[in-house]
Amino acid sequence: MDIESISPAKVIDTNELQTSPLYEYQVPAGFPSPATDFAASEVNLHDYLVKHQAATFFVRAKGDSMIDGRIQSDDLLVVDRSLEAKSGNIVIAALDGDLTVKQLKIKGARSWLVPMNPKFSPIELKEQDCMIWGVVVYIIHKSYP
Amino acid sequence: MTTFALCDCNSFYVSCERLFRPDLHGKPVIVGSNNDGCAVARSPEAKALGIKMGEPIFKIKDIIKRYGVTVFSSNYTLYAAISHRVMSTLEQFSPAVEVYSIDEAFLDLSHLAFIDSLKNYGFEIKSKVAKECGIPICIGIAETKTLAKLANHAAKQYPKTGGVVEINSEKIRERLLKCMPIDEVWGVGRKLTKKLQALGITTAYELANLPEKYIRQQFNVVLERTVRELNGESCIELEEHAPAKKQIISSRSFSKRITDQAELAESISSYMSRAAEKLRQQHSRAQQVNVFIRTSPFSDTPQYNCGGSFSLPHPTSDTRVLVHVAKGILDTIYKPGYLYAKAGVMLANISELSFDQADLFTPEIDTSKSQQLMTVVDQINRRFPKALFLASTGTNQGWQMARQHLSPNYMTDWAEIPLVRL
Repeated sequence: MDIESISPAKVIDTNELQTSPLYEYQVPAGFPSPATDFAASEVNLHDYLVKHQAATFFVRAKGDSMIDGRIQSDDLLVVDRSLEAKSGNIVIAALDGDLTVKQLKIKGARSWLVPMNPKFSPIELKEQDCMIWGVVVYIIHKSYP
Repeated sequence: MTTFALCDCNSFYVSCERLFRPDLHGKPVIVGSNNDGCAVARSPEAKALGIKMGEPIFKIKDIIKRYGVTVFSSNYTLYAAISHRVMSTLEQFSPAVEVYSIDEAFLDLSHLAFIDSLKNYGFEIKSKVAKECGIPICIGIAETKTLAKLANHAAKQYPKTGGVVEINSEKIRERLLKCMPIDEVWGVGRKLTKKLQALGITTAYELANLPEKYIRQQFNVVLERTVRELNGESCIELEEHAPAKKQIISSRSFSKRITDQAELAESISSYMSRAAEKLRQQHSRAQQVNVFIRTSPFSDTPQYNCGGSFSLPHPTSDTRVLVHVAKGILDTIYKPGYLYAKAGVMLANISELSFDQADLFTPEIDTSKSQQLMTVVDQINRRFPKALFLASTGTNQGWQMARQHLSPNYMTDWAEIPLVRL
């Protein structure tokens, strides 16, 4: 280790070590706030959107195949990997090496990834080339330009 | 009776990169070390191509090209975020967890030891981590930590096990020890391996059957403890809280050679800021500051290697003071005309925050104001990484690590979260 070869260096003037003064805002003396004992932390959107902290991911959607599912390009999706994907769920799937958003439809032993836009056709799933990556639990859409 | 499970992520760095890149599943992938120097993580497909651990990347350029190996620079921000999730998922399975490294943890399962087979519990843990965190892991379960390590190794090595191995009978223990070379035993390093091999001891089984007295005479109590553990006697407890570090080192090689003192000072300032942050994280203060700079021992240019240290009158964790001292040391050790390749800082003589050996004759530097300021700085930087830093660390940082193949910070930066196709 390099550190072992260290030899003592010349002494540095310790007077230089004093740090510069720090100005603090002073609270004026007076009547104490009656609210101090009732302070609680404000509601937090993360608490609302994230149920399983270690299994939740945020992804950004691009494209127009899910218009009828109310997902638009640039929307933020909250994805929970801990949920079991059921028929009708909107899911993130790894399809042909890409992450994609579609609706999952299961009928008996067969299942499909269904785009929610009549311009696109459903894709039947064969296990070898598709993996369900997670279930979309919230769609966050910005309504102000 | 004790029972431990060792949970170890498979090719962790590669698995982290592949989580967001499904196109890379089943393909050869490697992750490079700092400055993209050598391979520090390999996917099974990359291992199959004969790429060794620690192999310099420039040496395997041809293989990378011919087989289309994907190379990533180490993205520690991403790995730390995923590691944190894996660990918190593991915590749901045991009241006591020891995070042993970024990708391994020991779980205390002693409270479940009455169950005949913990293997199913192991599979439950494995599938939960795979599903929720997206990271494949292997699990070894046994009465001692050393045996759990070996069981884990077997789980990794033999795919037939499904990634979970439990040592719950004498027969299994014996069979496993017989097929494990001694250098796979936890705590048996390279030196010890050579010494044991010279004595004709090549398997864990042979090591476990050496007489205790002989080991104590020929080796030391540490190896004796290992042997006891191999024989099922638990000697190493679970350490839930990592002990505070006695030394904190922060050092790196530069992406290019540096000659200028001002640039060196920037790097020293930056490394010291990081070291001071670590110091505050473990609620300690340091009294001794060490700084070193050196040229590359692998080049033909003139060599220079020097370090300096300084003892402060009072221990402190104030970045401003520590950086000031470090730069003072640099002044005394810097010599112009050399091509510097690496620099580093070390904080030593570390004490807990509550303990202070006062020096009557020098003014106190670690006031409560300074502590408050550092706390605020740390809080802000935790929310907005690298938002606040001393001007002396520089804003250009041309010496920073070369990381040409860095993946996006998928989990820690809004601008870099994964894109999914609609």
